[in-house]
Amino acid sequence: MSEELTGLAYLLAAICFILALRGLSSPETARRGNLTGMIGMAIAIGTTLASPHVLSYTWIIAGILVGGTIGTVTALKIQMTALPQLVAAFHSLVGLAAVFVATATLYAPEAYGIGAVGNILTASLVEMSIGTFIGAITFTGSIVAFAKLQGLVSGAPLVFPGQHLLNAVLGIAAIVLIAWFSTTESYQAYWLIVALALVLGFLIILPIGGADMPVVVSMLNSYSGWAACGIGFTLGNTLLIITGALVGSSGAILSYIMCKGMNRSFFNVILGGFGTEEGVAATTQGDKTVRQGSAEDASFIMQNAGKVIVVPGYGMAVAQAQHALREMGDVLKEAGVEVSYAIHPVAGRMPGHMNVLLAEANVPYDEVFELEEINHEFSTADVVYVIGANDVTNPAAKTDPNSPIYGMPILDVEKAQTVLFVKRGMASGYAGVDNELFFRDNTMMLFGDAKKMTEEILQSLG
Amino acid sequence: MDPTKIMQATETAAASAATGSLISLFTVFVLAIFVGYYVVWNVTSALHSPLMSVTNAISSVIIVGALIAAGPTDANFSKIMGFLAVVLASVNIFGGFIVSQRMLQMFRKKG
Repeated sequence: MSEELTGLAYLLAAICFILALRGLSSPETARRGNLTGMIGMAIAIGTTLASPHVLSYTWIIAGILVGGTIGTVTALKIQMTALPQLVAAFHSLVGLAAVFVATATLYAPEAYGIGAVGNILTASLVEMSIGTFIGAITFTGSIVAFAKLQGLVSGAPLVFPGQHLLNAVLGIAAIVLIAWFSTTESYQAYWLIVALALVLGFLIILPIGGADMPVVVSMLNSYSGWAACGIGFTLGNTLLIITGALVGSSGAILSYIMCKGMNRSFFNVILGGFGTEEGVAATTQGDKTVRQGSAEDASFIMQNAGKVIVVPGYGMAVAQAQHALREMGDVLKEAGVEVSYAIHPVAGRMPGHMNVLLAEANVPYDEVFELEEINHEFSTADVVYVIGANDVTNPAAKTDPNSPIYGMPILDVEKAQTVLFVKRGMASGYAGVDNELFFRDNTMMLFGDAKKMTEEILQSLG
Repeated sequence: MDPTKIMQATETAAASAATGSLISLFTVFVLAIFVGYYVVWNVTSALHSPLMSVTNAISSVIIVGALIAAGPTDANFSKIMGFLAVVLASVNIFGGFIVSQRMLQMFRKKG
């Protein structure tokens, strides 16, 4: 295939990828968009295979078969609640693949037309080292994120004195190494860059707590894109550059949205150390009392309501309560109650996590609303059913300047006539702050597992 | 003509060709960031999870570089690296697109 034709085919693939992302602007067009993305990938792979650089196909076919089978089986079997860790695992693979490609380029540069061993263009060496550096950080960073999400290590932030200083020193060392490598093409320098980036990936993600994972996962998504960009510059391949830039900016925008959802700066999240794993017992409780209710009370209140808003959080995902929740919604709707769902931007462990779980339980997406769409409706709601969420409903974010979550946009659930709060116990939320909502007159606490409680309510409704 | 001058002239020409292509690659890069910025802000927040899995799948287009490394007839270190990268990228491509499709299938309207 001629060089011009290859270039045009790559352009076509890049357009397919842009259309794939464009399709995600609404659920109706998203499926077609995803198919367009697949076509783009097929064009990219087919074009490369037809290029004169590829002479032997046995290893390639074997590689695609092995990888494709693993990917297909995993994607078909994965539980929707485990999506965040799956995405983290996938990011780690992109990072490692970038390191491998950069290494292959370094040891056989003539295949890519960027010079010969010992005589690679300086610009290519710079791009190569940056690509491999970001790729290696993405790899180990995503592994830590995966381990935290999967519960293999504690989600609590791991902090030690001198952490930021150490990271800064390693960062400067990386710049020195990249300069050394780019001027000498030393293999030693290359592998030191890789090793340093692998360590840095661990160190960057370890201090970040479990509930900040939406930001981390988005950030690693962005990194995997920039790594692809670095490789694209090395190889002079515009398709890789375009795709990498699309992915990189997508991840960056998601990180920004997540940070805004918590009213925290990106650096505040990255520097880490915020939050606790299980939430500490509320300390400022004093002699305040809570009103505790049973499933029967809850079902009685909801049956007589005109409008119920459900606020799901990470606890719903942990308890796998989404199916029971949808059945409860169905029964209420049959009884003439208006039911809708309110999603906070940082609910769950990855952007859009709650939307996918509700969709999985067959909740129609036009009953599910974002914070700014539904926040004014709480004052007209009879009942709010908070299930597995806590900090995102805490009025202290609006009233108490000393609160760690002050300024965070919250769902105004306290404006509803009655708030039903499903919770396992009186522990505070992730931010370790007491939620004054529990002690209000119009709040009824329903203590128990989110799924069991919802099923019990469903029973007494029936 | 003095041979050193010819050498110098060729070197300058080669250097300017290299920077020329670097600038055009950089142009593509910056424009693609702008495209990404506007397209991604249009993505509905309900579909942010599929957005992550789709971007994850397409970032595996890095397989293009891996295929070239795995392509030569004789086996060497680069070919092994290329092969491993092909495997990893394939996991992502198939896994990413399929899990996105699974998610998107679930988004249904009322009724």
